[in-house]
Amino acid sequence: MLPFILRRFLSAIPTLFLIVTISFFLIRLAPGGPFDLEQPLEAKVMENLRRIYKLDRPLIEQYGLYLGALLRGDFGPSFYFRDFTIGELFARGLPVSMMLGALALGFAILIGGALGTLAAFRQNSAADYAVMALGTAGLTIPNFVVAPVLQIVFALMLGVLPVGGWNDGAVRNLVLPVVTLALPQIAVVARMTRAAMIETLRSNHIRTLRSLGLPNGVIVRHATRGAALPVVSYLGPAAAALLTGSVVVETIFGLPGVGRYFVEGALNRDYTLVMGTVVLVAVFVLLFNLVVDILYALIDPRVRYE
Amino acid sequence: MAEAAALPTTEAVLGRSLWADAKARLFRNRAAVASMVVLAAIAIACLFGPLLTTHAYDRVHQDYVRTPPSLFAYPQPDQIRPAAERVAARMRARAEAIAVEGDALRLTLTAQRPIDERLLAFFDRSDLFGPARVIERAEEGRRLAVEVPVERRYFLFGTDANGRDLLTRTLIAGRVSLAIGFLATAVSITIGVVYGAVSGYLGGRVDLLMMRLVDILYALPFIFFVIMLVVFFGRNFVLMFIAVGAVEWLDMARIVRGQTLSIKRQEYVQAAEALGVTTSGILRRHIIPNTLGPVIVYMTLLVPKVILLESFLSFLGLGVQEPMTSWGVLISDGAKNIQGAAYMLIFPSLFLVATLFALNFIGDGLRDALDPKDR
Amino acid sequence: MEEAAASPILSVRGLHVRFRTGQGVLHAVKGIDLDVSAGETVAIVGESGSGKSQTVMALMGLLAANGWAQGSARYRGEELIGLPPAALNRYRGSKITMIFQEPMSSLDPLYRIGDQIALPLITHGGLSRRQAQARAVDLLRLVRIPDPERRLASYPHELSGGQRQRVMIAMALANRPDILIADEPTTALDVTVQARILELLAELKHRLGMAIVFITHDLGIVRRFAERTYVMKDGEVVESGATPALFAAPQHPYTRRLIEAEPRGRKTPPPPGAPVVLDAKDIRVRFELRSGLFGRARHEIRAVDDVDLDIRAGETVGVVGESGSGKSTLGRAILRLVPAAGLVRFEDRNLTPLDPRAMRPIRKHLQLVFQDPFGSLSPRMTVGEIVTEGLLVHQPALTGRERDKRAAQALEEVRLDPSSRNRFPHEFSGGQRQRIAIARALILRPKLVVLDEPTSALDRSVQSEIVELLRELQQEHGLAYLFISHDLAVVRALSDRILVMKEGRVVERGTTAEIFTQPREVYTRELMAAAFLSSTARSHLTRRVRSACGGNRPDHPAE
Repeated sequence: MLPFILRRFLSAIPTLFLIVTISFFLIRLAPGGPFDLEQPLEAKVMENLRRIYKLDRPLIEQYGLYLGALLRGDFGPSFYFRDFTIGELFARGLPVSMMLGALALGFAILIGGALGTLAAFRQNSAADYAVMALGTAGLTIPNFVVAPVLQIVFALMLGVLPVGGWNDGAVRNLVLPVVTLALPQIAVVARMTRAAMIETLRSNHIRTLRSLGLPNGVIVRHATRGAALPVVSYLGPAAAALLTGSVVVETIFGLPGVGRYFVEGALNRDYTLVMGTVVLVAVFVLLFNLVVDILYALIDPRVRYE
Repeated sequence: MAEAAALPTTEAVLGRSLWADAKARLFRNRAAVASMVVLAAIAIACLFGPLLTTHAYDRVHQDYVRTPPSLFAYPQPDQIRPAAERVAARMRARAEAIAVEGDALRLTLTAQRPIDERLLAFFDRSDLFGPARVIERAEEGRRLAVEVPVERRYFLFGTDANGRDLLTRTLIAGRVSLAIGFLATAVSITIGVVYGAVSGYLGGRVDLLMMRLVDILYALPFIFFVIMLVVFFGRNFVLMFIAVGAVEWLDMARIVRGQTLSIKRQEYVQAAEALGVTTSGILRRHIIPNTLGPVIVYMTLLVPKVILLESFLSFLGLGVQEPMTSWGVLISDGAKNIQGAAYMLIFPSLFLVATLFALNFIGDGLRDALDPKDR
Repeated sequence: MEEAAASPILSVRGLHVRFRTGQGVLHAVKGIDLDVSAGETVAIVGESGSGKSQTVMALMGLLAANGWAQGSARYRGEELIGLPPAALNRYRGSKITMIFQEPMSSLDPLYRIGDQIALPLITHGGLSRRQAQARAVDLLRLVRIPDPERRLASYPHELSGGQRQRVMIAMALANRPDILIADEPTTALDVTVQARILELLAELKHRLGMAIVFITHDLGIVRRFAERTYVMKDGEVVESGATPALFAAPQHPYTRRLIEAEPRGRKTPPPPGAPVVLDAKDIRVRFELRSGLFGRARHEIRAVDDVDLDIRAGETVGVVGESGSGKSTLGRAILRLVPAAGLVRFEDRNLTPLDPRAMRPIRKHLQLVFQDPFGSLSPRMTVGEIVTEGLLVHQPALTGRERDKRAAQALEEVRLDPSSRNRFPHEFSGGQRQRIAIARALILRPKLVVLDEPTSALDRSVQSEIVELLRELQQEHGLAYLFISHDLAVVRALSDRILVMKEGRVVERGTTAEIFTQPREVYTRELMAAAFLSSTARSHLTRRVRSACGGNRPDHPAE
């Protein structure tokens, strides 16, 4: 088991390196620079700024400097949020995004899994159709529609919850963003669980359990473990995406997460911010791929020795 | 067993292909059929509707800013009188004896000094009235009896914050969203199918390398990638869907590769190899036709995904530029005007969600039809 | 026996099973009656689609969701049909148990063997987990699994097919059932394994005294095991009675056909001095298994190890062996479809140095027919297109009309209706599809055809038709066959000479008569014994086995 984890971990390193390299040169190739403001700066000021941020060096040298800093865990200063380093921005924003993402993920697994299982066991019943309808709705209604509707209903009409804001993570402030984030995930998990469960329930080994006259509880337990595999492999990338924040939810509800940095960084050519978010997301994706591999090996004894 | 045939006939019985079977199964699926009808209706409305709404999508009606939707024509009776008074005031005159007769408005303008008749153009400039005609002049031009045609306009979906007709804009936006959806899907399917089939069929080291590249692209933050592409290509409608398509092909490539790998092991491919069929013949006659099922299903599910993605980019302000519009742009506007003008969010959302629902149901129906073991 | 028959413990009356399908309601079982007495072995025989499996699925409450049963099935007076699952669980797994056709997939791959065997013991026997594990060891020992303590902690994928079926039997016997239903329990297994499982069942029945209901298509098994037999066809019982009487004097024409379905006749030898078509020397095929990204810890499998082989025009060389013996790989190696070392000569040409492109024109003379008539035809092409695909490659000048004509001729040659050439493969039965595959191979007028288990997936009665067709075509065109099969009865009906393969090597070779009358090697003898236990061919052999059963001593101790 341990060598397996170690091997997977090591094979992620070249991938990460390639990602960093590709994104570094990609953003540098994009037209425009971090100091191209609406009113152009004076040539002298511009030159100074470029020297301070080492933008006057050859690109390949900048790349080397960036890699070196990255190895020391230094993401560099932000070009756009001038008073902050990227590390500081993440230190403030990441806990917010991760809190929201983790809650949404938890609800998605619990509620989605339960609904999917229910639908699979009652295939073609009213409950099944209800779950499927909810699943399709969750998939099709975009979150930038859901979020304002929730705001109207719960904040403006009923007045029970605040319209937005972080408020140090008070429960009242968390409800609407978490629901917005969780709904589509609940939908996907429910649909996947249902499909995987139906497939498993039809398999020969479940027929064996039935032929042995075992109670429903045992059958549910065995079917759940079998059906968990495809859901787990979906949840890996989904978790990475949820935990690194959502632009839409953070913008609409005015939350200080890291989700907004993708867009702000790219639009303002904040090179270090863009690179920071790229590295952050890539690390999360690779990490959760590893988690999926480990979970897979724990659930399915057949993969352990591969 | 059908034994020894009677005679070698030139007439051959037509068989039922798997495609025909799948089609029959699809048309038995009520949700899918209803969805196809809905989708066709939306597509036709978006294509031809703007020709019938009598409004141009970018025509600004200053007098009808954020007008709520109504089945009745504007101006409504209680709007005419204040509007006429407003125009009169601009002409530095007072409106008296205002009377509405059918589609015409009669009124008498009075002022201290003689009224400059050129100023009557103010009526025409208003969105409510046509060119005014003087019926009678009195008191040396200080009193004018005028007849003004009232211009009836319908705003079935209301108007936006600039006074543009929301119905026309929603339909035009539909053209854009659907076009992006289908074109971007076509781009990503083409890349994905070719990439996946080549990778799967060649196998070995080539496959390893090609799939490694896909893995790396997967780990790149997806939004960043799209934004970079948009930044590169500018906010151009055509390049936009190419950018989106260029990002969305990864899943397709994986699906097609998996299919190809399993089909490659099928005995009918081995049989073709034993017959000496060339690689391109095998790909053309055996592999690609048999991967088409999942590809079609994936395609129907990708179109709504792309439409959503475009909406999302437009929501961020990276999508289609004004005055051109898309459902995402309209929804984003609607969300900003949610207090007081909720209809601005509701109508485009309805169209978007109905389209997405229909596409999803069609996709589910196709999956069941092409892979009947699920029933 | 007589008293037992008077009061059956399981009594089925007027049982109907129907399925709702896309094409309307399918009536799978049409009102059958059936009785099982305590301690009796009853066989239900029939070909695929006869409704024999659905009958027992119905009384176990295991029908698919779109199926339902009507009628009556009483176990010791208690009605089973229509019981909700919870009530049915009083009998299932304790009084009535079942083993299935698919040992590879019938155990949960995610749980240990010990935990799975413990489940029925805990549920029905009221044992604790610890007691159940201890009892599981006894059960594994009972079904002759070596080293049972260690096996408890194994997962199903670490066991062979035969061992998995033994575990299934252990689970089924855990609570000492009255009735064990065995649904084609050995069909998916190799012949020698098959024989051992059957012996185990016979022995356990003798020791534990339960009744066995055997569902099978194999008359050999029926003859050997069953005291009474029901013959099913199209959802109805066409004939039933005591097994010896039924075999001695079958009343129904269908029963007679089943009994006579054994491939008959022998092949006429090729004319003396027929030219050698193919000559292969030292054929070796190796597969490397790599583990890990960097390909360390390599493991080499010798799929085919130094095999020599020659075939003359008009001759059939049979290759027999069990799964994994390398016989299929050998067939593909001489056609140069898998990379192989060694020398292959076709007529006067050396094929060894040719690359795929240079091989292409020669492929016209070398053809292949596969085992699986469902997987070997491209599902989205018409039969005409499938049959004429070779012409596209080797006679590209032909027009569409000419190809169509050739397709009609080719179908006629394999005794299929030529007007069906625009139909699709899924519209044909298994036997018909195999004819299509043969037509595809023969349209190029090849010199050598490799037949890879072409009859194995077919019902017995269809098998003999295909065997006859193959013989006739060989006669007409002077074809050379390499006939690969595990089914010795078919091999005997078709071959001039035979190679016996085991683990990639040829362990014995000789003429058909030599191999069948005086097998020299132990393995060949074992193969023969196992094969003809379950065959109706040799009455003297069958008699010997039946007497062995009567004495309750299986003649081959298991493993």
